[in-house]
Amino acid sequence: MQIDLRTVSITPLRQTFGHLARRFGADKPASRYQEATFDLQPVENFHYRPTWEPEFDIFDKARTAIVMKDWYALKDPRQYYYGTWTLARGRMQETAEGDFELVEDLGLAGTYPEVGKNEALRVFLPLRHLAWAGNLNNGYISAYSYGIAISQATCYASMDQLGIAQYVTRLGMAFGDLDALASAKDAWLHAPEWQGLRQLVEDLMVEKDWFKVLVAQNYVMEGLLYPLIYDRFNDRLNDKYSPVFSMLTRFQREWFTENTKWIDSIMKTTAAESAENKALLGEWANHYLARVVNALAPIVEIAFGEQAGSEMDDAVIQLKARATKAGIPL
Amino acid sequence: MVSYAFIAFQKNEETRCIVEAIVDDNPGAIVNEQPAMVKVDVPNKLVIKRETVEEKMGRDFDLQELQLHLITISGHLDETDDEFTLSWAN
Repeated sequence: MQIDLRTVSITPLRQTFGHLARRFGADKPASRYQEATFDLQPVENFHYRPTWEPEFDIFDKARTAIVMKDWYALKDPRQYYYGTWTLARGRMQETAEGDFELVEDLGLAGTYPEVGKNEALRVFLPLRHLAWAGNLNNGYISAYSYGIAISQATCYASMDQLGIAQYVTRLGMAFGDLDALASAKDAWLHAPEWQGLRQLVEDLMVEKDWFKVLVAQNYVMEGLLYPLIYDRFNDRLNDKYSPVFSMLTRFQREWFTENTKWIDSIMKTTAAESAENKALLGEWANHYLARVVNALAPIVEIAFGEQAGSEMDDAVIQLKARATKAGIPL
Repeated sequence: MVSYAFIAFQKNEETRCIVEAIVDDNPGAIVNEQPAMVKVDVPNKLVIKRETVEEKMGRDFDLQELQLHLITISGHLDETDDEFTLSWAN
């Protein structure tokens, strides 16, 4: 008996979805990110306008002063859709959990000098309320922005901030138990040095223009806060005490590096679209740069004492360099 | 007579990006999509650039990662941290 082995190759009728083939001009195999992002925003047949804001459609490009021909130009260089984002964060979380476990097993937090703990907690712990504000503000952007490319990324940023708030909380628990959290909340609500920052993020909670919130929260605020706290203040604590603080803030450092890639590319693409956009971004960034510097000044003062001025200046220079690269006058 | 340098990969999400990068960097590349496999032929010389692949993938990429998906190659291989080159130049 003879058996013939034969391969039959079946060519798929099409490589991707119709809306992607129309957008990219050919029936090419598309990435998962493209399939989970492009042209998914509903654009027509809105029968009713929101009763609370009848001047807008449910999804409306006019909710920001920024104008884009194609809102999907604001794509995410990290190519995060739900699957890749959860995988990436899962990996980061695993590492962070490992660090927390190690610190706990070896009792490292217990050996951290009391004066160091107090210094770290005073500057650092109220930031969990700030991260929560970041969660809320990114949630707003995600709800009212236009085009899945941006609203999906800000949705992830929103959840990232929630995670960061939780990691800050856990560091607080490791260093100082529940009392530390209570006094940090008290500081956030009542201590004069935190009121500028609190007012700033609360103002952002009622800002209507979502792109302005994006610039203020994700670009300017975080662009100064993270280098100051998670790089410079962290180095300082490490030099004086031990690297335990570093271990427990690793998630935030990794996250900031990665998130910067995304927000920088958003700023760059938006600025490159038109002179009007560029001017608006410059105006907003400048306005909030002045406000954030003022709001952060008292905290930086506590963190760095005599070096406060020069540390702040360095962080501002760093942000300005990023803005220059993105083509934004700052 | 023109000799073709070629490379063949298993077909998956990662190699889709690598193939896109090859097509961008090698004018004259011929992509041959087969079931579960994709083969790319380029006359004389085929270059895979790390930078282009990273751009397509949206993450850092070590060129040696492509070995994970590799089925076969043809041509003299020259490998650096930034470029993976197959050629018939000599």
